[in-house]
Amino acid sequence: MTVNSLEVSRLAYAYPDGTQALFGVDVAIGRGERVALLGPNGAGKTTLVMHLNGILTPGHGTVTVAGTPVRRDTLKEIRRRVGLVFQDPDDQLFMPTVRDDVAFGPANMGLSGAELDRAVTSALDRVGMLEAADRPPHHLSFGQRRRVAVATVLAMEPEILVLDEPSSNLDPAARRELAEILRSLDVTVLMVTHDLPYALELCERSLILSGGVIAADGPTRELLADADLLAAHRLELPYGFAVPPAATPAAAERG
Amino acid sequence: MGAGHHHRLHLPGDSVVHRLPPQCKLLAVLAFAVVVVATPRESLWAFGVYAVLLAGVARTARVPAGHIVRRMAIEVPFVLFAFLIPIIGLGERTTVLGLSLSVPGLWAAWNILAKATLGVVASILLAATTEPRAVLLGAQRLRLPALLVQIAMFMLRYLDVIMDEMRRMKVARESRGFEARDLRHVPVVARSAGALFIRSYERGERVHLAMLSRGYTGRMPVTADLSASAGQWAAALALPLSALAVLGVSALGS
Repeated sequence: MTVNSLEVSRLAYAYPDGTQALFGVDVAIGRGERVALLGPNGAGKTTLVMHLNGILTPGHGTVTVAGTPVRRDTLKEIRRRVGLVFQDPDDQLFMPTVRDDVAFGPANMGLSGAELDRAVTSALDRVGMLEAADRPPHHLSFGQRRRVAVATVLAMEPEILVLDEPSSNLDPAARRELAEILRSLDVTVLMVTHDLPYALELCERSLILSGGVIAADGPTRELLADADLLAAHRLELPYGFAVPPAATPAAAERG
Repeated sequence: MGAGHHHRLHLPGDSVVHRLPPQCKLLAVLAFAVVVVATPRESLWAFGVYAVLLAGVARTARVPAGHIVRRMAIEVPFVLFAFLIPIIGLGERTTVLGLSLSVPGLWAAWNILAKATLGVVASILLAATTEPRAVLLGAQRLRLPALLVQIAMFMLRYLDVIMDEMRRMKVARESRGFEARDLRHVPVVARSAGALFIRSYERGERVHLAMLSRGYTGRMPVTADLSASAGQWAAALALPLSALAVLGVSALGS
């Protein structure tokens, strides 16, 4: 039996001020899957993400990554396995050069010398940013910074890559480039977004988080075709966008 | 995207001085400053030799005089203060250009001016020949408290981000018709500064989360190899050692 990359079971959480954000969330993501977590602002998406690598501790329920439960004593291991890409790359890229930044994670894991160099080079190569290795992050374009942010967590060889709003603030070309990179990666992906076309483009399966519970779980195409379901959870397709029918690509082009 | 605030100090190059490991240069500048400060103010010629030594370093590093002079502006407040001392000083007085000046005050002013100028020029040379990031790596190598080095490192990284944020807030104020003209507008600007502080603080929290997510445990991993050879140490310490020799000669002479 293969172990799921991520298992969340009956997760509930209330912020210290008493606001209940999650009311019993159940999620299972198999190895190699690409899943979108959809939901309106304030649905608890970010709160859920913060639980995945132990930044927040569950009030109730459990989170398990590749068979390892998230607990205080497993935090180090969990943070290596869950690669969190934050929404603002300026929060993620805190070192003076791109190379130092990508090396930060693996170096904390104890890599050094040639091994460290190899991890850094390979991660930067996978996002097509190798030639920017010695530049300071603030000299890069926003799209480039987001790609480097992905590299910083790829360098840790994570079990699951968790992206918070990966398409936000990207111009169409940068958005497409990032999609190509994400599709080329051989890693489990959980993508938190309210960019529905992007979810459809990249993820077979989607979850809708609304009001602190998983309101729907199914193939992205089916969920997005259900206008009533979307409307009930404050989700909307952009103007002029229709979900192409699940036929051959040629049919989709004609539609 | 701007070229960055802090890069104006650095003058990229490939001289011997540029290539020295940062920790050697840092220690050399520090030792040089100590020797300068320890020199009695009456040894006028010693200060002259120090200046010649610095000029030699500048020449080796190919740092143009103009670069140094422009950046000496940072010293201006001290210079103004130094000029005041002879006027308000007590003790024996002398008349220069019809102005009655205190003699001990003049000596004190000279003392401040000469020593501060030499220290500032040495620091400018250090900054011109060493990338800001390398200065910090050197400091880390010299066992400066890790926390201080990390704070400085973050300042270096986020200065541009915060300046950008400040500029955006200014544009936002001005596009709604605000223009800071007189004192009555200070509260508005002050509130903006407060908002900027809170934004930066919150960013700090998010950065900390990002660091924790990648296994940060309170220490920055050292990834660059910065070892210095004996020859490099000798080359860097030639400056303070020559200065020390000058100090020794001047002490014997007096």
